[in-house]
Amino acid sequence: MVFVAALGKARDALAKSVITVSIDSKRFGASPVLGALAFSIAAGETVALVGPSGVGKTTLLRIIAGIDSDFEGQIVRPQTMAIVFQEPTLLPWRSVLANLTLIHKGLTHSEAVHMLDDVGLSGKEQLFPGQLSLGQQRRLSLARAFAGRPELLIMDEPFVSLDRETAETMLTLTENLIARHRPATLFVTHSSDEANRLANRTLVMKPLPTGAVLTPSDA
Amino acid sequence: MDSPRLTPFLSMASLIGLWIVAALLTDDAQILPTPWDLLPRFGAEMSSGELFEHLGATLLRVLWAFALAMTLGTGLGLIMGRSERINRWLDPWLVVFLNLPALVLIVLCYLWIGLTEAAAIIAVTLNKVPNVATVVREGGRALNTNLDALAQVYRLGWRTRLQHIILPQLAPFIAAAARSGVAVIWKIVLVVEFLGRSSGIGFQIHLYFQLFDVAMVLVYAFSFICVMLLAEWFLLQPWERRVTRWRKA
Ligand SMILES: Nc1ncnc2c1ncn2[C@@H]1O[C@H](COP(=O)(O)OP(=O)(O)O)[C@@H](O)[C@H]1O
Ligand SMILES: [Mg+2]
Repeated sequence: MVFVAALGKARDALAKSVITVSIDSKRFGASPVLGALAFSIAAGETVALVGPSGVGKTTLLRIIAGIDSDFEGQIVRPQTMAIVFQEPTLLPWRSVLANLTLIHKGLTHSEAVHMLDDVGLSGKEQLFPGQLSLGQQRRLSLARAFAGRPELLIMDEPFVSLDRETAETMLTLTENLIARHRPATLFVTHSSDEANRLANRTLVMKPLPTGAVLTPSDA
Repeated sequence: MDSPRLTPFLSMASLIGLWIVAALLTDDAQILPTPWDLLPRFGAEMSSGELFEHLGATLLRVLWAFALAMTLGTGLGLIMGRSERINRWLDPWLVVFLNLPALVLIVLCYLWIGLTEAAAIIAVTLNKVPNVATVVREGGRALNTNLDALAQVYRLGWRTRLQHIILPQLAPFIAAAARSGVAVIWKIVLVVEFLGRSSGIGFQIHLYFQLFDVAMVLVYAFSFICVMLLAEWFLLQPWERRVTRWRKA
C-alpha cells in the first residue's frame, strides 16, 4: 500500500506542471509588494501558501488567477481554473442552481443538481443565495469551483471567519472534493492544521524591503 | 380615516372636489369646465377614433424616445462609472447637456434636421440621456469588483457578464432612471408635438389652445395621464418587482 502510494506521488511529480509561476516583481505605485518568486504545481498536487498578514498572498493569487495583469514576470496557466474567495461571492439575484449553470455553460441540469447534492445543498436548487446560511453559501461557492472540473483550483483563506464546527465540515468537504476531482490546488491559510491535512507541500512567503519572496527551502 | 390604502383615494377625491368647487364658483365652462362637462366631449373624441389616433402617435414617440434614451444613457453611464479617465472627459459634456433647456434642444433639432419625426424623437432622447447617464453612473461606480474577478477567472462571455452580473447590479439605478424618465419624456414629447408635429396629444392641445377650448385641452391631457399611469402600474412596477424579487426572498 505504502509502495503504491509512493509510486503515485512519484508519478504526480513527473507529471507536467499545471501552472508555472515566474514573477520578477509586483508593485502598487512605488511600493514593491512581490519580489522574484518562482514555483510550479503539478497535476493533482495541493500546495498551501502561508505567510504573515499583508505579505502579499492575496496579491499573488490574483496575479496567478489572471485578475491582476499589472506585474513583471510570466505565468503559464491551464485552460480551466476555479477560484474560491474569502467571501462566497455568489450571484445573489440568481437561484442556487443558476449560480452553477450560468457560470459553467457546459454543465447539464442533472450534473448541477448532482454537484449540489455533493455539498449538501440538495433541495435548495430554487432558493436565492440570500436564503442560505453563510456556511451553505460557502458550500455553494465550493460547488461552483469544482463544477467546472478545474485543472487549477485557487482558494484564498476559504475557511476563515467560520466557527470551528462549520470550518471543520468545510475542510472535510474540501478534502473529499479534492480527492475526487484531483485538481492542482493552491490555497492560502493561516492554520497549520489546514495546511497539514490538505497540502502535499507548503510555500512560505517572507516580506523583504524589495518585495516578498519564498523562503528558499520551499521554492 | 387615515389608513394607508384609503388615503390616496381620499386625496384624489378631494382634488376633484376642489376642481368642482372652483368650476362652480367660476361658473363659466369656457374657462373651467366641471368634470361632467368633459364627459360628452371625451365620448365624442373616443367614438370618432380621433383620441386613439393621437394617443397612439404620442405613445409611439414616447416609446421610441424612452427606449433610445434608456439604452444610450445606460451605456454611457456604465462606461463613465467604470472608467474614471473617460468620466473626466465626458463629465463636462454631461453638465452642459443637463443644463441646456429642453426647449433649446428641441428648436435646434427642428432647425438642423427639419420638422421630421426623427428630429422630434432625437430631441426628446437628447433631453433625457444625460439624466439616465448620471443616475446609472452611480451604479457603475458601485459595481462589485469581486464579481468582476469571478467573471474573469471563469472566463464568462460579455453577454453573460452583462445579463447576469452587471445589469442585475444596475437594476435599481435603471429603475430609478426609468421612473423619472417616463415622467419627463412624455412631457417633453408634448412640447415637441406642440412645436412641430401634426399629430399627437401635444398637437391637439396646440389646436384647442388656438380655439380657446379648455375642455378639449383637459380631455386630451387627462387621457394621456391615464395611459401613463396604466403603463406605470402594469409595466414598470411589475418589472421592478420582478428584478428585485431576490432581495425580498
Ligand atoms: N489594490 C491595492 N492597492 C494598493 N496596495 C494594495 C492593494 N492591494 C493590496 N495592497 C497592499 O499590498 C500588500 C499585500 O496585500 P495582500 O496581498 O492583501 O496581503 P495578504 O493577502 O498576504 O494579507 C499590503 O501591504 C496591502 O496594503
Ligand atoms: Mg489576503
